[in-house]
Amino acid sequence: MIIEHPILGPRDIHEFIYVGDASLINRPNWNDDDAGSKFYEYLYLRKNIAGIHKELWFHQQGDRSWLVVSRNTKTHEIVKVDLVTKVSKELET
Amino acid sequence: MKNSNRTNLGLIDYTTEINFQFDGIAYKGFQGDTLASALMANGVKLIGRSFKYHRPRGILTSGSHEPNALVELVYDNTTEPNTKATTIELFEGLIARSQNCWPSLKYDFMSINDKFSNLLSAGFYYKTFMWPSSFWEKLYEPLIRKAAGLGKLSTVDDPKSSEKGFLHCDLLVIGSGPSGLISAYIAGLSGAKVILVEEDYIFGGNLNNEIISISKLSSHNWINFIITELKKLPNVRLMLRSCAIGMFDHGVFGIIEKFNKSLETKISQVFWKVTSKKAMLCTGALERIIPFSNNDRPGIMLSGSIRSYLNRWGVIPSNKVAIFTNNDDAYITAKNLISYGVNVVAVIDTRENPNITDPNIKVYKGSQVINSKGKLALKGINVLSNDGKVFYLECNTLGVSGGWNPNVQLSCHTGVKPEWQNDILAFIPGKNNISTHLKAVGAANGNFTLDSCMIASETAVLAILKELKIKVKNYKMPDIESETYNIQPFWYVEHGNQRKWIDFQNDVTVKDIELAYKENFRSVEHLKRYTTLGMGTDQGKTSNVTGLAILANLSNKTIPEVGTTIFRPPYVPVSLDAFVGSSKAKYFKPIRLTPTHEWAEKNHASFVETGLWLRAEWYTKENEKDWRQSVDREVNSVRNSVGFCDVSTLGKIDIQGKDSQEFINKIYCNGFSKLAIGKVRYGLMLREDGLVMDDGTTARMSDNHFIMTTTTVNAESVYRHLEFCHQCLWPEMDVQLISTTDAWSQIAIAGPNSRKVISKIIDPQFDVSNENFPFMACKEISICGGFRARLFRISFSGELAYEISIPSQYASSLVSYLMEVGKEENIAPYGTEALGVMRIEKGHAAGPELNGTVTALNLNMGKMVSLTKDSIGMILSKRIGLNLEDGPRLVGLKPIKPENQIISGSYIFNLKDKLNAENDLGYVTSSCYSPTLNSYIALGFLKDGNNRYGDKIKVSNPLLNKEVFAKVCNPIFVDPNGDRLRG
Amino acid sequence: MYYNWLKLLKESLRNNSGWKKTWRNPEVKKKYDVIIIGGGGHGLATAFYLAKEFKIKNIAVLEKNWIGGGNVGRNTTIIRSNYLLTENEAFYEHSLKLWEGLEKQINYNAMVSQRGVLNVFHSDSQRDTFIRRGNSMILNGADAEILDKDQIKSIYPFLDFENARFPIKGGLLQKRGGTVRHDAVAWGYAHAADELGVDIIQNCEVINFKFKSGNCVGVDTNKGHIKANTIGCAVAGSSGLLMSKANMTLPIESHVLQAFVSESLKPVIPGVITFGAGHFYISQSDKGGLVFGGDIDGYNSYAQRGGMTTLEDVCEGGLALMPMIGKARLLRMWGGIMDMSMDGSPIIDKTHIGGLYLNAGWCYGGFKATPASGWCFAHLLAKGYSHKLSDKFRLDRFKNGFLIDEKGQGAQPNLH
Repeated sequence: MIIEHPILGPRDIHEFIYVGDASLINRPNWNDDDAGSKFYEYLYLRKNIAGIHKELWFHQQGDRSWLVVSRNTKTHEIVKVDLVTKVSKELET
Repeated sequence: MKNSNRTNLGLIDYTTEINFQFDGIAYKGFQGDTLASALMANGVKLIGRSFKYHRPRGILTSGSHEPNALVELVYDNTTEPNTKATTIELFEGLIARSQNCWPSLKYDFMSINDKFSNLLSAGFYYKTFMWPSSFWEKLYEPLIRKAAGLGKLSTVDDPKSSEKGFLHCDLLVIGSGPSGLISAYIAGLSGAKVILVEEDYIFGGNLNNEIISISKLSSHNWINFIITELKKLPNVRLMLRSCAIGMFDHGVFGIIEKFNKSLETKISQVFWKVTSKKAMLCTGALERIIPFSNNDRPGIMLSGSIRSYLNRWGVIPSNKVAIFTNNDDAYITAKNLISYGVNVVAVIDTRENPNITDPNIKVYKGSQVINSKGKLALKGINVLSNDGKVFYLECNTLGVSGGWNPNVQLSCHTGVKPEWQNDILAFIPGKNNISTHLKAVGAANGNFTLDSCMIASETAVLAILKELKIKVKNYKMPDIESETYNIQPFWYVEHGNQRKWIDFQNDVTVKDIELAYKENFRSVEHLKRYTTLGMGTDQGKTSNVTGLAILANLSNKTIPEVGTTIFRPPYVPVSLDAFVGSSKAKYFKPIRLTPTHEWAEKNHASFVETGLWLRAEWYTKENEKDWRQSVDREVNSVRNSVGFCDVSTLGKIDIQGKDSQEFINKIYCNGFSKLAIGKVRYGLMLREDGLVMDDGTTARMSDNHFIMTTTTVNAESVYRHLEFCHQCLWPEMDVQLISTTDAWSQIAIAGPNSRKVISKIIDPQFDVSNENFPFMACKEISICGGFRARLFRISFSGELAYEISIPSQYASSLVSYLMEVGKEENIAPYGTEALGVMRIEKGHAAGPELNGTVTALNLNMGKMVSLTKDSIGMILSKRIGLNLEDGPRLVGLKPIKPENQIISGSYIFNLKDKLNAENDLGYVTSSCYSPTLNSYIALGFLKDGNNRYGDKIKVSNPLLNKEVFAKVCNPIFVDPNGDRLRG
Repeated sequence: MYYNWLKLLKESLRNNSGWKKTWRNPEVKKKYDVIIIGGGGHGLATAFYLAKEFKIKNIAVLEKNWIGGGNVGRNTTIIRSNYLLTENEAFYEHSLKLWEGLEKQINYNAMVSQRGVLNVFHSDSQRDTFIRRGNSMILNGADAEILDKDQIKSIYPFLDFENARFPIKGGLLQKRGGTVRHDAVAWGYAHAADELGVDIIQNCEVINFKFKSGNCVGVDTNKGHIKANTIGCAVAGSSGLLMSKANMTLPIESHVLQAFVSESLKPVIPGVITFGAGHFYISQSDKGGLVFGGDIDGYNSYAQRGGMTTLEDVCEGGLALMPMIGKARLLRMWGGIMDMSMDGSPIIDKTHIGGLYLNAGWCYGGFKATPASGWCFAHLLAKGYSHKLSDKFRLDRFKNGFLIDEKGQGAQPNLH
């Protein structure tokens, strides 16, 4: 597989480490009343989509940036790649 | 019988004779021959025995789809089993042997299987061998395993190696037949970066097998013309003997390039990983058979292959040739044969009204071949004519053509199913090609005539150049006569009740398919697995579609309704060493050496692997015979005086920025918000699920500069975790991270005399007295007259200790210098074993304890988890399952008899309890002999351990048949109050 | 018993004309006592044990394609009970015991071949964890032995003892582990279940669940609506997709695992061997092909295929362990969909919906579990509560912190 790094261009998958669903960016608030429940769902439950899946990849053998990749899990087609810092900043605004 | 069957024409260099051997007999061939063509020229008909029934078999094809002619190739003291004689380029001194037969190819004992074919039908082994049950493993299975298997694997090392490489291009053209050549030509001229790969050892594909004229040139000369032009272009790479074995996601292809075995190369093959923007599948088409009774005799071949041997290799298969066909293509074979003066006895055409105009050919219309005769070679055939009469025709060669299958394989590798095309009665690559990378053209896409193939290729490559935004430069298309191709469905001969072979290698017959259907194995997948159709080394290239057609017939469905199995890589079998290249033996993984490695070697260190690192485990002094002597001595020198250890492998992460402290406070579960400048603190790091991930220390060098250490094994994962937290969770924080594990070396200097020794090297302006540099202090300093360094007062050994960090390139000098300045104090280097003993004596958790299933509470550090701040893992660490009242706790274990070793991995039980899973109370994680206490000691996790100090328990190891009685105690065996640390 | 050598002989004299279907193609009924969704190894085994051990009469197995076409049809055929944690080890040992008697039970030759599973280790710390595992095996009633380097050399001289980057120090051997012919398992269980009256309905896809008052009362399929008050789901990698129809989100990710087979060779590898300095395991099938595999690719996938990098990693591990296989030729590679759970251990549990049960999370180790999984799931479906052997495989263990984490990797599926 080839991932089009937003800054470095196309890179082979073996340069990366995969962590999983990009929803891991949305860490719950520890102060919430039901924090226990929220953290459980955040960490353990997965939509596991058969289709376009947003996921986190770490460029371990490159610039060490985290990327959010939108990839179709049925065909492996990658439709979008963003730096996570771009995405998480957008989530906040 | 020496080469008497030659035409003396074709692509053969008759001036270069080659000597070779097959089954011990010497033969001669020529440059340009394959082993198969040379054997055929020498009149050798019998080449191998089939897998199950050991039926005598000859050459069926002229390419890599050969199911029969498998031989064992011997060269360079090594052997290669299961090699197809049809693809082996003949070289001087080639030695080949038949396989899967005993005692000889002609008289194979196992051919007795053939008599029991009814018993040995498809799936027979599922229905028996069950009784008596012990017999399966003792008798039946060993017999089956011995009888099965084709070639023998050589255990001798291959003197030649494999290599790997990367290539990138705009357009990958797979196949150098007419479509490939014209596409590469047009694209190459236009400046696209093109790679043209050809599986064969000459370019031209099927054009090499035909007598055609292209633009008034012979096909051979036209090929040469194109290749010459392509060779002039620097943007075109031509690769022979290179097979595209797999297509992977996003335009990535695997290509295996081989070399002529007669060449003096150190490399036998190269595995190329090619990334292409676009690719064209120009792999042509492969002919298929028509099953009839006894259609597998040596001498029965694919009609197109006869043509290949005739035109390309100049070999006449025999002097009496018959042809059996359902399509127009086979007539070209007949014509070519006649032009060389061969007696074409007849063409048996299944079609009632084929459109044939050649008066020289005797044709039986609407007829079928229903049987063949001849034991080890074909003698004649039985024909059923359209008026119902059966007659016998003498012949020594029968060319069969059941139609052509586009070579779609690669197009399926990324999950696109091929589609049925009715006008050619074959599958073509699926149009719904999600990967827009691959475009099939030519015969591979069902364009079976030369003119349609060229036109389609031109259209396709122009579209590709447009997508690539490459301007097309002028080119000239060749002149080709137009042709037609006609086929009518005829899949197998129903007449006759002797076995009709479909998959030659695995001996699968029409009867087998009928039986499978009867037993309800009706899907394509079930059919394949039950009968093993298509599972041989030829991967079903000559048999799959025919098998499907028969299944369709039985199910009363059309072929597209029945469907097809997906083809998977590799396109041809590839030796595993191709995928390894030079990452073999000692080069399997890199070796990481510590900065003091050379020095340690010189000083008689023994090394141990820690992940990819080599670390000194102990240093052997002259009189020491046993490792324990060295380790005990090292421990004693540290506890009594001073020693030093290279701890550079522990991870170091440099953290800077305004928000560093807040960041670190969220990473560790214990508090860091009050860590002052010049102080170091132990940090416990949890995973988000609340279990312990790692531990280490973090030092605050200045306001916004921190240095975090991790364990050796987790250096990379902790760093990744930190970047995750920063980039994904808290991007708004002003924090910069970098790993400095390799850049900075770290030397621990420990023992009551450690301060004395380091004072000798630390530059005088730095005060390292106990008052000014207490336990857990840190500072940027310089040593030895200005060398930049960092000093930390931390201790893993429990003694007064420091760690000096200096840039890695000076580590070696530093340790040599320490040996000098510490002579008075008898300073000695110590390795990981002594380090391990001392940390166990101090009850420090390390790798064996931090096994990923342990909580802070289990480590007796429950109180360290701050509940008043947000930190990774805090919330989920509160789950009830992780906070059981009597959960496992880290304890020390001391054997009642100090000389009894407690073994790591043993389980702990109450004295009276039986040894079973229910009574298991915990397990031993680390153990050692403690020279400080003169006893074996151990650490482990024990249920309710913190309430059981003083209890006697038994430590059992049923695996090693050992048991030791021990007492549970505080894991901090030595100096529990920590006085020595703070001195 | 339908299949035996006498029948084989009789039929061979009749030109094999008298064989009947291995399993019927019945018309689907409107109502069943139990529906099992998923016609793979686990689903078919469940149906068999439900009928045989728990005497349930009216059972249907609904398979959306052809039975045995998923992971049971494409695995590396290894059976063993050499797990570390008691929750797993007791279960897999029960499975191994069931394998040992299987052929007799289902009257089909699954070629259960107990030729030993050897895990080699390369360092002291690895040895220590293997010792702990070996002890756990023995404590749970399984067999285990430690071999030193010389003992291994005497049985497997072709391993690399001289030039290895990570020299072999010893190994943990389970003699009773081995291989089984995977296709035969699916077909055998199907045959045996069918003989006991189970309806196996192929090409039947579940489109929706039907609910009433918080209970599951049936399914809508492409073959119509089917009623049942007990529905067991055993669809492995498709679990997320199926259970989303019940509005459930699972602690499971679907990943691709690749497996490989070489051309057929004369016998050269007698048992199952796993490498300790990389993820690689290998055995030789009765037909002669070397069957081997390694780690998952590492990313979510439903595509049933993976990348070249994994192929290279696996082959590197293989040659590091036994250099001689360098000359063996890769014949075919394929991929499946693994249901990777959040702690690497399975789920056999009821759901919060009455009558709806889940069997999933087998990661890449589901094949060896087939008999015990079927047996335990049948127990749960028949009685409404789990047998002791599988009562820790609960769905809520992630919420409550009762994880069964063999590798100690935490909540990241691709690390298990």
